Amino acid sequence: MTYFLDDQVGSAKDRKVKLSCRNIWKCYGPMDSGIYQMRDTPERASAVAALRSSGCVPAAIDVSFDVHAGEIFVIMGLSGSGKSTVIRCLSRLVEPSYGEILFDGEDLLEASPKRLIEIRRRRMGMVFQSFGLLPHLTVLENVAFPLRVQGVDRQRRESRASEMIELVGLKGRECAFPAQLSGGQQQRVGIARSLAVEPELWFLDEPFSALDPLIRRQMQNEFLRLQTLLKKTIVFITHDFLEAIRLADRIAIMKDGQIIQIGSAAEIVLKPANDYVREFTRDVPLAHVLTVADVIEPYRGHLQATQSCGADMSLLDAMPSFAGNPEGFAVTNSSGAIVGEITASKVLTIFAESQERTR
Amino acid sequence: MPLFYFQHDLTWLTNTAVWLKGPIERGLNLVMDMFVANFSWAFGAISWLLSWPLTELQGMLQWLPWSVTLVAFTLVGFAAAGCRLAIFTAASLFYMVATGYWQESMNTLALVGVAAPLAAGVGFGMGVLGYRSGVARRVLIICLDLMQTVPAFSYLVPLLLLFGFGPVVGLIASAIYACPPMVRNVMHGLASVPSALVESGEMSGATRWQSFWWVRVPAALPQIMVGVNQTIMATLSMVIIASVIGGFNDIGWEVLSTMRKAQFGQSLMSGMVIALMAMILDRISAGFASHVRSTVNTPTVSRSNALAASALLLLALFAASMLFPAMRQWPSEWRVYPAAQINDFLSYTVSRYGWVFAEIKQIVNFCILLPLKIGWLRLFDATGYTISPVNQAAYWVAVLCAMLLASFAWKGRGAVLVALVAAACFFGLTNIPWPVLFMVVGVAAWQAGGVGTAGFSLAGMSFILMTGLWGPAMLSLYLCAAAVALSFVVGGALGALAASNDRFSAFIRPVNDTLQTIPQFVYLIPVIFLFQVGDFSALIAIVAFSIVPMIRYTEHGIRSIDHEISEAAIGMGCSTLQKRFQIDLPIASPAIMLGLNQTIMYALSMLVIAALVGTRDLGQSVYIALTNADTGAALTTGFSIAIIGMVADRIIQAWAKKRQRQLGLQEIRSA
Repeated sequence: MTYFLDDQVGSAKDRKVKLSCRNIWKCYGPMDSGIYQMRDTPERASAVAALRSSGCVPAAIDVSFDVHAGEIFVIMGLSGSGKSTVIRCLSRLVEPSYGEILFDGEDLLEASPKRLIEIRRRRMGMVFQSFGLLPHLTVLENVAFPLRVQGVDRQRRESRASEMIELVGLKGRECAFPAQLSGGQQQRVGIARSLAVEPELWFLDEPFSALDPLIRRQMQNEFLRLQTLLKKTIVFITHDFLEAIRLADRIAIMKDGQIIQIGSAAEIVLKPANDYVREFTRDVPLAHVLTVADVIEPYRGHLQATQSCGADMSLLDAMPSFAGNPEGFAVTNSSGAIVGEITASKVLTIFAESQERTR
Repeated sequence: MPLFYFQHDLTWLTNTAVWLKGPIERGLNLVMDMFVANFSWAFGAISWLLSWPLTELQGMLQWLPWSVTLVAFTLVGFAAAGCRLAIFTAASLFYMVATGYWQESMNTLALVGVAAPLAAGVGFGMGVLGYRSGVARRVLIICLDLMQTVPAFSYLVPLLLLFGFGPVVGLIASAIYACPPMVRNVMHGLASVPSALVESGEMSGATRWQSFWWVRVPAALPQIMVGVNQTIMATLSMVIIASVIGGFNDIGWEVLSTMRKAQFGQSLMSGMVIALMAMILDRISAGFASHVRSTVNTPTVSRSNALAASALLLLALFAASMLFPAMRQWPSEWRVYPAAQINDFLSYTVSRYGWVFAEIKQIVNFCILLPLKIGWLRLFDATGYTISPVNQAAYWVAVLCAMLLASFAWKGRGAVLVALVAAACFFGLTNIPWPVLFMVVGVAAWQAGGVGTAGFSLAGMSFILMTGLWGPAMLSLYLCAAAVALSFVVGGALGALAASNDRFSAFIRPVNDTLQTIPQFVYLIPVIFLFQVGDFSALIAIVAFSIVPMIRYTEHGIRSIDHEISEAAIGMGCSTLQKRFQIDLPIASPAIMLGLNQTIMYALSMLVIAALVGTRDLGQSVYIALTNADTGAALTTGFSIAIIGMVADRIIQAWAKKRQRQLGLQEIRSA
């Protein structure tokens, strides 16, 4: 189903790998290191089960994935699935028990404390679920804090912080203290702070989970707006499958410390790896998730109507073209050349199959 | 009762091992002597080092004109909590000036001014250490327990021997007594900084140093400031107590010496100074602590302006006081000192209404104190009556009925409780054979906290037995039990009332605050003049001091019950009383038990102070050891008091924790 409509849409997979997480394990409690060498086999499953019953907590089990430059990579899982442990392993807030984390080819687990501080100061930013704002500092001082830690002089760090505050739409609240702000505003401060050092890697740990549904929606839009401006490499944690679908270029679904499936939203919805994943996809509005690329077929020459679509345009947005063309329409790229067609029967078939699967 | 008469042959069961008393005490004294002989130079150096800032500060406070000091404190009060505190501060300081206690007050203030920063600084350091290392934390917690439960009188003795006679001893004793709250608050504050905060600091690339001083300490500052407030209050309390060693002409000494001379008016007026000073120090430090918490944004420009204006005002006052000597030193002919009138009033009241107090005293003595102390049996023997076997049997039948009733109402435990109380009243607490008490306490500890708690309790009790202090310890136990029981019932009732009545709650809160800020010492003044010396006076003083936590915790426990539970109870048609006894009290029971725990601790600490009004228990033994400068006796007695406190503490804490877990209160909080 991979059609490349034109060069405006390069899949994230083509870009270079920014962050690579290889066979990461994190276990709390005493354990035998032999298990780290085991790959995904029934023997390992029973070994892990034995570990759990002995009171040891394997929070991350052989987690591997690549994040490409400019990609939004979402890790989705319910509470206790190990997603927060994984994102903390990526920045070494939690020390992994085993594995490699390659950031631009450099293994972070080999980095000295000094080097690690250097990397965190200049190249990483993180947003926390409970905001993590310093209660004794104003909004401006909070956003400027990472720069203060680096020893940037007051004038420069405050002008940079003001820029960031304006970027997240909090201009005018610079002198407020965190306790005087609403949850949504506090998280904007958290976002501004994490961006103050212009990091290449941006970690967001359930940033919107503590917010009301309406504010959450608004913040998601805000986040997407920022990303089109900034094009960071992002690892985003959530327990909300719909949020994952809305935001992600690719999603990794975690359960009990293991990654169950990695793929784009459409891949996961259309081909869930197992019943656990299927359960999440049940309530997903398919037309939101599917893109033109998911339903396009080679042009067979008889459809008259044409429509210019990008490959990542959602099916929902393409729907109006069916008005007056009940059979379907041909898809053109931005220069007007026909690249394929979308037929009503194809769309219906996909919907029907999906419904069949989740029943 | 045959059982009772048996005991005449078995006195070793109640009056134990006096021959054991010698070796342990002598050993301690020997060690102490060696220590003093070999290290006195080091302690002399410390003493010199500490006396230097003390004399400097004392000199300065004495040299400053009272008007300047008064206005300076008023300004600080205003900065801390606004107009009302400023007025209160000015009025209080003026009271000290007008009554002629200025010099004594400033001496006490100088002691606090040196001891409080010392305690806070040392406490902060120890708190950081305890936060950093688990081993240090475990050691510290034991030390803190000891520092807070061993009565100060008992470590005054070794301190006197080490540092020599003088105010420095009081200074060090105050620092020892006052640093535990600081340590606890610092450890708790640092450890409970939210992990997201620390992680956000780390992700900003903070070094360990930056992470600690820029993130963790500021975030923990509100808690740390609570510690500072408590430390200041403890320091003042201890400075007053330490004045028994004398030699510094401070306000505590003034109270003590006038009390000894039975000059009620004088001791009341000087006691007022202590109470006022305590309230000022408390409100000011609490005011600054809440500033930290609320993080109000004050523009820095106006603050520096205000500072400059204040400095100018003080300078002007200083200049004026050079011109008008009355502003420098209050003329003695202006002194307002109605001590004689107060004394006249008191003697008039006593001659007129003295019988009321005497009756109250007698009723409580005969109905509660004496039965608890020596038992009905001996009480009647002593008054010339003998209880006939029939009457004794009737008593036990009545007890049996009560047990049956209790077993219906509260199952088996209630019956056991009734039986224990009945037996205690019949035989008297001081006549309980030690194996019986060992068994009762051991079983209770085992039930509440398992083998560890039971082992600790038994080891502690063995220590008391071995040091030959069993007799006085039982007297302490009886006095403490009576006071705690009274506080429990009265305080619990007041707390429950406060929980359901907002107006009463608003009324009792400042009363509680005041009772808790006033140094223990002051409680003795009215008590001793209304009820003379003796167990009853001690009881009243102890109850007045130890009732506060009971009221507070009961109210807090009931008020923090989940609203939905209350609503469900009302929805099911509970009457007010049903709701109180079947819903509120059982759910609030862990909080109430923690209140009881605090009440016991307060009662024990007051026990030693109350020895000054003539009890015969451990408190008195400590006091005697102090006057004899007997390190061994002071320490063993002090440890015995600490042991009683710690055993009660362990058992109750374990019970409350178990109960909390059963009720799921902790789970609710953590979710």
